[in-house]
Amino acid sequence: MVKIRVMPTLLHRDMGLVKGERFDSWRRTGSALQAIKVYNMRGVDELVFMDITASPDGRPPDFDLIDDLADECFMPMTVGGGVRDAEDIGRLLGVGADKVSLNSHALANPDIIAEGARTFGSQCIVLSIDVLRGPDGRLEVMSHGGKRPTGKDPVEWAKRGADLGAGEILLTSIDRDGTFQGYDIALAKAVAAAVDVPVIASGGAGDYAHMADVLRQADVAAVAAASIFHFTEKTPAEAKKYLKKEGFNVRI
Amino acid sequence: MRTVTIVDCGLSNIDSAVRALEYCGGDPVVTRDPAVVRAAGRLVLPGVGAFPEAMRRLNEAGLTDAIREAAIHGERPVLGICLGMQLLATAGQEMAFTQGIGVIPGDVTPLQRADATERVPHIGWNTVEDIGDCPLLKGVPPLSDFYFVHSFHFKPNDPAHMMGQTPSYGGFAAIVGRGLAFGAQFHPEKSQANGFAILKNFVGL
Repeated sequence: MVKIRVMPTLLHRDMGLVKGERFDSWRRTGSALQAIKVYNMRGVDELVFMDITASPDGRPPDFDLIDDLADECFMPMTVGGGVRDAEDIGRLLGVGADKVSLNSHALANPDIIAEGARTFGSQCIVLSIDVLRGPDGRLEVMSHGGKRPTGKDPVEWAKRGADLGAGEILLTSIDRDGTFQGYDIALAKAVAAAVDVPVIASGGAGDYAHMADVLRQADVAAVAAASIFHFTEKTPAEAKKYLKKEGFNVRI
Repeated sequence: MRTVTIVDCGLSNIDSAVRALEYCGGDPVVTRDPAVVRAAGRLVLPGVGAFPEAMRRLNEAGLTDAIREAAIHGERPVLGICLGMQLLATAGQEMAFTQGIGVIPGDVTPLQRADATERVPHIGWNTVEDIGDCPLLKGVPPLSDFYFVHSFHFKPNDPAHMMGQTPSYGGFAAIVGRGLAFGAQFHPEKSQANGFAILKNFVGL
């Protein structure tokens, strides 16, 4: 049986890594290269690298930076931020990304998903969905780093993305991001039930029990977390030890 | 240092294979030249991408015959990784029926979910059972985890060519082998210590 993955997310902005809260209030946490070297030694399952200002700034991915990082990265790495088309996907895979994550540009032009899947296979196309829960509880997909409303419902968009060829959904709750209050379980549950591709829950992990909660209640294949790994003493290895004790199938 | 010739069809992530093979005692050379492939002492065919597009590129570059000759007639060690493993088959069924390189007889077909808990693509770490006394798994502890990311799998015609099995999706070929030609469905270059053990074994063949 495939193991549950625990994935640190590196949020990259203006030359360094940052930690935010609700996609805002960014604080610096160090360099990406340093973080990757540490995770190499710790045998991390998989990394997510997000260039969070690429799309909002109208910038393409920084291929040279990814090339340098991938050379040091002996674990699978999903790369996102500013990916515009199949050519960008190809270049990112060429410099060492294992999977490429699409978000804002796919919302504007969903055909990118199909084109990427046709050329490179579904398995390397990740659809990243950032979701905001309104005061009335209504869920909405946001683009451009959580800044632009799209009017789209996350469950419908996840289904459409998977139909077009996305091989995985990276599902982030903007409301929970950086709050340490736990994952948005209802959101994860709804999306994971609607698609057959793996879903990664992201946003809100404050302790290992939050990971167990979302894994127990929603059929997600992985949990991603940024703040707790980069801003506290908690580590992916300790998270997996905890999950193992709780009866989850993880790689120790 | 043993020279390892890495075939680059322009779709894949060559850098991590190069780095991992260097780390495992190999001296990697990257090429698209069929003459270099024909003369190679050992070949690695990495692969991320879709089957038809990869075969189109190999055919255009004249690499298909060069790889088959090196593997079958030259009896040189060959390692196909992920899509590179699948390309060693007779044919693939990804999107359209496509002729493969034809080193190990078999077909590449979609993964089928054995139960509702399984999702396709198969992404993440999973175990590999040594069922064929596979030289690549020498020294690797039983049921070690390797990193997979794929939607299709290799079905060898001859059960003897199935050397490692992953017990998901009804049981599929994680490693195929015929003579000195091997294919790994997982990514040894991304599978940390267990993956490096596989690459070291390959470099030592």
